[in-house]
Amino acid sequence: MAKPFIPSEVFSNVSIDKVGVEERIARFQSRSIKNEAKHQGLRMVLNMIDLTTLEGKDTPGKVRQMCYKAQHLHDAFPGLPTVAAVCVYPSMVKIAKDSLVGSSVKIASVSTAFPSGQSTHQVKILDTQFAIDQGADEIDMVISRGKFLAGEYAFVYDEIAAIKEVCGKTRLKVILETGELPTLDMVRKASDIAIHAGADFIKTSTGKIQPAATMQVTYTMLMAIKDHYDRTGIMIGMKPAGGISNSKLALHNLVMVKEILGNKWLSNEWFRFGASSLANDVLMQIMKSENGNYQSADYFTID
Amino acid sequence: MPTKPTSVPTDWNYAPSPEGTSHIQLKKKYSLFINNEWVEPLSNTYYPTVNPATEEVLAEIAWANEADVDAAVRAARNAYENTWSQMPAHERGKYLYRIARMMQERAREFAVIETLDGGKTIRESRDVDVPLACNYFFYYAGWADKLEYAFPNQKIEPLGVAGQIIPWNFPLLMAAWKIAPALATGNTVVLKPSETTPLTALKLAEIIKDCGLPPGVVNIITGHGDTGAALVKHPDVNKIAFTGSTQVGKIIQRAVTGTNKKTTLELGGKSANIVFDDAPIDQAVEGIVNGIFFNQGHVCCAGSRLFVQENIAPVVIQKLKARMESLYVGDPLDKNTDIGAINSKEQLETIQKYIQIGINEGAEIFQTECALPTKGYFCKPTLFLNVAQSNVISQEEIFGPVLTIQTFRSIDEVIQKANNSPYGLAAGVWTDKGSRIFNLSTKLRAGVVWANTYNKFDPTSPFGGFKESGFGREGGLHGLSAYVKSE
Repeated sequence: MAKPFIPSEVFSNVSIDKVGVEERIARFQSRSIKNEAKHQGLRMVLNMIDLTTLEGKDTPGKVRQMCYKAQHLHDAFPGLPTVAAVCVYPSMVKIAKDSLVGSSVKIASVSTAFPSGQSTHQVKILDTQFAIDQGADEIDMVISRGKFLAGEYAFVYDEIAAIKEVCGKTRLKVILETGELPTLDMVRKASDIAIHAGADFIKTSTGKIQPAATMQVTYTMLMAIKDHYDRTGIMIGMKPAGGISNSKLALHNLVMVKEILGNKWLSNEWFRFGASSLANDVLMQIMKSENGNYQSADYFTID
Repeated sequence: MPTKPTSVPTDWNYAPSPEGTSHIQLKKKYSLFINNEWVEPLSNTYYPTVNPATEEVLAEIAWANEADVDAAVRAARNAYENTWSQMPAHERGKYLYRIARMMQERAREFAVIETLDGGKTIRESRDVDVPLACNYFFYYAGWADKLEYAFPNQKIEPLGVAGQIIPWNFPLLMAAWKIAPALATGNTVVLKPSETTPLTALKLAEIIKDCGLPPGVVNIITGHGDTGAALVKHPDVNKIAFTGSTQVGKIIQRAVTGTNKKTTLELGGKSANIVFDDAPIDQAVEGIVNGIFFNQGHVCCAGSRLFVQENIAPVVIQKLKARMESLYVGDPLDKNTDIGAINSKEQLETIQKYIQIGINEGAEIFQTECALPTKGYFCKPTLFLNVAQSNVISQEEIFGPVLTIQTFRSIDEVIQKANNSPYGLAAGVWTDKGSRIFNLSTKLRAGVVWANTYNKFDPTSPFGGFKESGFGREGGLHGLSAYVKSE
């Protein structure tokens, strides 16, 4: 059963001025991250990555290779952290589970007819239940964007609440697919709905739609998390996914989290990057800061 | 081997990131710049200019007396009569373009010196002051040979010698605001920078010399208030352009009364920043911060009186306080510093005096937790809550990082209160409603009304005040007319 009570702030309109948001973003981007701060920041980024493969052509072999990489990011340089999690389709959860036995790397599974969410309530429930039964530690669901855009906010809310009920203690990330929400006001509204309906994390994108995790969108979602925290004292996690493929952008995201939510959020319990190619760029930067020059991309593995 | 299963939050802080100073060249001593030459002051007097962040002396600066001022004015008069007013307009434009480009080439040097001498953050001098100063030269360079389109069906003439006195809050930018339109319209200039921040104007003198501008077209004389007074009183000056305090503005106005001198005065302000309940609140909070803490609040148009609609006041104040706590106050040369040093010891004392007045008046004070550097002149970002219109701190210009907050209930009330000030330089309006913006921008008696933003400057836009904030406009087309007369 969905939660019977929908708090009024979910339907209130927080207006957002895009020009002002862009100015604020420019300030984050002008922060200078040097020396120890950069060193520490890059390691943090690595440890916050959800290493992801979400393709129709995924095979058990591909997933096993990625799981190995997740634990061995760059064995040539010992002492690096692992990524936070791997993110796969429900059908691959079992494979990942077997590959990660004894590891601290978590398994996130997408569900609810990812990426479009165009299916029945029943299917979405079963999809989620299946992923959990297979051993998923975290569920990444998608919201029904069609319903959201049609103004059926209660439907969206109820659906999230229902999936959260299936999840129980399994952490739920709610994907807003912000590339399909045309304004930041809508991103904010969808964030508020997801948070109130029981999301443990809110996540920008599936990675299938462009634009994905722009800093404007992530900023808007972080502000929703902050307002919720200020009101209730409850922490919600944030996961920008898609489009963050280099270290600089990742560090700018950390700056944003630090300055909006504080250092408290700077761990993979509360902040994740959904990315497939980010890890190698971060590794390249770490190696550069160790030995002073850039190595060729061929020195970093591409599982 | 895999390490760290679930990471624990790290205390992640930015490492110091100071802008280098090794590339700048400062002389130990600066004399006066007259006729494209560095000349020893007849006064034979020098005074030190100090880095307000470290209290270290940066250079010794000439202190011009009446005789020095006279030499500079004579040089400007000679250049006006014999070269500059005779030169084809497109040639004048070329010089202005050249100055702009040379400033751009040396932008980093200018930014560092501006920060060293004035205490403003490198982020602002690098991203705002210097690029904007270049843009003013570029903009007015374009007008130089198109004045007949600026003043259609009029025959216009330059005024002659312009005496220009500029303040310490935006030293290079104010020099550009003053020099560029004066030269574009065919006037020659004697510029007097503020005593606390003469260095970027003196570096600009180097560019003026290097670009081959004819001698005497721009003369730069340094000194204190008496130097400025001598310039104002000089009988052969045709125009006085002043930016600074209302107090000095009044003295100037009295001094030029009964003479033929034209004047523009750009003076103080106590500008209202008004937030309605339908505003984008997080962006409004940014605008409030930018409005009052930009350049340590040393901004004539600073949004120093905040009016918040009563029903959203608690949330706005809570968010504002939280945002203020995230501001970095400290070394102006560090690229991550948000608020730098107060420009001078004297100004810091003025600000502290007003803070004490606010406390004595019974207003509720809030200051951020940040630790201030032990050396140099610094002030914590400060709010005053529960302020009345009749408090001194909401009437007088403080010129520092001090904001007063009042609430309002209706539009009429806030318009009345915003206008209830001897000043009228700028105002800000934050609302999602376009019609409300137009309504307020016609009713607020302020030279500039910003909507859903604050402290935005552009060469194409005129700037200037109502009432005790001065008269005359600088910038844009209006800025040209302050330097011409029509026959």
